[in-house]
Amino acid sequence: MTGPRLSPRPGASHARILGVGAYRPARVVTNDEICEYIDSSDEWIRERSGIITRHFAAEDETVVDMAAAASEKALASAGVRADEIDTVIVSTVTHLSQTPSASAELAFRLGTKTPAAFDIGAACAGFSYGLAVAQDLIRGGSAKHVLLVGVEKLSDLTDPTDRGIAFIFGDGAGAMVIGPSDIPAIGPVVWGSDGAQADAIMQDVSWLALRDDPTHKFPSLRMSGPQVFRWAVYEMSKAAKDAIDAAGMTADELDVFIPHQANMRITDAMIKQMGLSDRVVVARDIADTGNTSAASIPLAMGRLLEEGQIQSGDTALLIGFGAGLVYSAQVVVVP
Amino acid sequence: MADQQEILSGLAEIVNEVAGVPVDNVQLDKAFTDDLDIDSLSMVEVVVAAEEKFGVKIPDDDVKDLRTVGDAVSYIQQAGS
Repeated sequence: MTGPRLSPRPGASHARILGVGAYRPARVVTNDEICEYIDSSDEWIRERSGIITRHFAAEDETVVDMAAAASEKALASAGVRADEIDTVIVSTVTHLSQTPSASAELAFRLGTKTPAAFDIGAACAGFSYGLAVAQDLIRGGSAKHVLLVGVEKLSDLTDPTDRGIAFIFGDGAGAMVIGPSDIPAIGPVVWGSDGAQADAIMQDVSWLALRDDPTHKFPSLRMSGPQVFRWAVYEMSKAAKDAIDAAGMTADELDVFIPHQANMRITDAMIKQMGLSDRVVVARDIADTGNTSAASIPLAMGRLLEEGQIQSGDTALLIGFGAGLVYSAQVVVVP
Repeated sequence: MADQQEILSGLAEIVNEVAGVPVDNVQLDKAFTDDLDIDSLSMVEVVVAAEEKFGVKIPDDDVKDLRTVGDAVSYIQQAGS
């Protein structure tokens, strides 16, 4: 072939997670406090969701504040300096000042040089999406060290009087540093979307509708619980199995299962549906962190590591799923 | 197609498996929520298991109309006929 020839940039053979960091805001919110605004009870909430407490950020605490706290820990755990990060990816649906991105502000705040920085919006699947993108950037030669953060301040988009959702969400941030590896340590991603179910989880009032009719109440997230449960348990179990297959493994070889912490009932039903062995360590961080959307997977992995329930070198199946609907799963090696 | 009694006993097994309700308690006049303490998420598990067992489709929009065990049995009978 004739014509101009461009030089390709070689990438790393493989990528791996180098470190994990977690941040939970100081304020712990009990089910009793949630029940001050809805007709429910601690017992009802525990039975329906497995949630006992969650954390809410302070009013003046931003998603970038939380992201920075988690990122500092992830960098320390990875042994990577901020100035070695050449790409920053933030997954969030609650950075309510839309422009500029949370990632560019975060990158500056951390003292990185001038890395590529962008936000992604894939709701509760966002962290797994970001991991797939980070791995491909590293293997494609566009990045060497990626800082990936899932952060949410869902308390800003929660209607405390909505009985179906007020108890579900929490705030927090989880971060990972991803870098080059000699051996495969992030499996192929299995991901997709189902826009036909866009109404299953959505913001109830658009920003434009609020502009045009200021009598609207401030927007909040709405969810059709049974519809999401059905999709999450039965369709996501298939996606989870596909991700294990894609990694060339069998379910018996898996050490850890870290699903998005949507609802303990979904996690339990998925385990049953997938026929996972009792030997597999299962993340149950939702009990005292709530559902933190994009932040839930790194927060859960961070906790399992801190508590010594999992070790470096274990294989963990990650699966995120949420508003879109969108989903994403891959097997990773625990750093 | 299964008759009413066969569907009832099949459904009773499912409700027992999902929610631990004794099979004898699953009678046509029993309400899933008020009598058998099946919440909306357990109901999804019951419905999906029933779909598989009886080879029918029960969309989410129809599930909320299935108040009693009898409603579910009739629905499955009609959907399968």
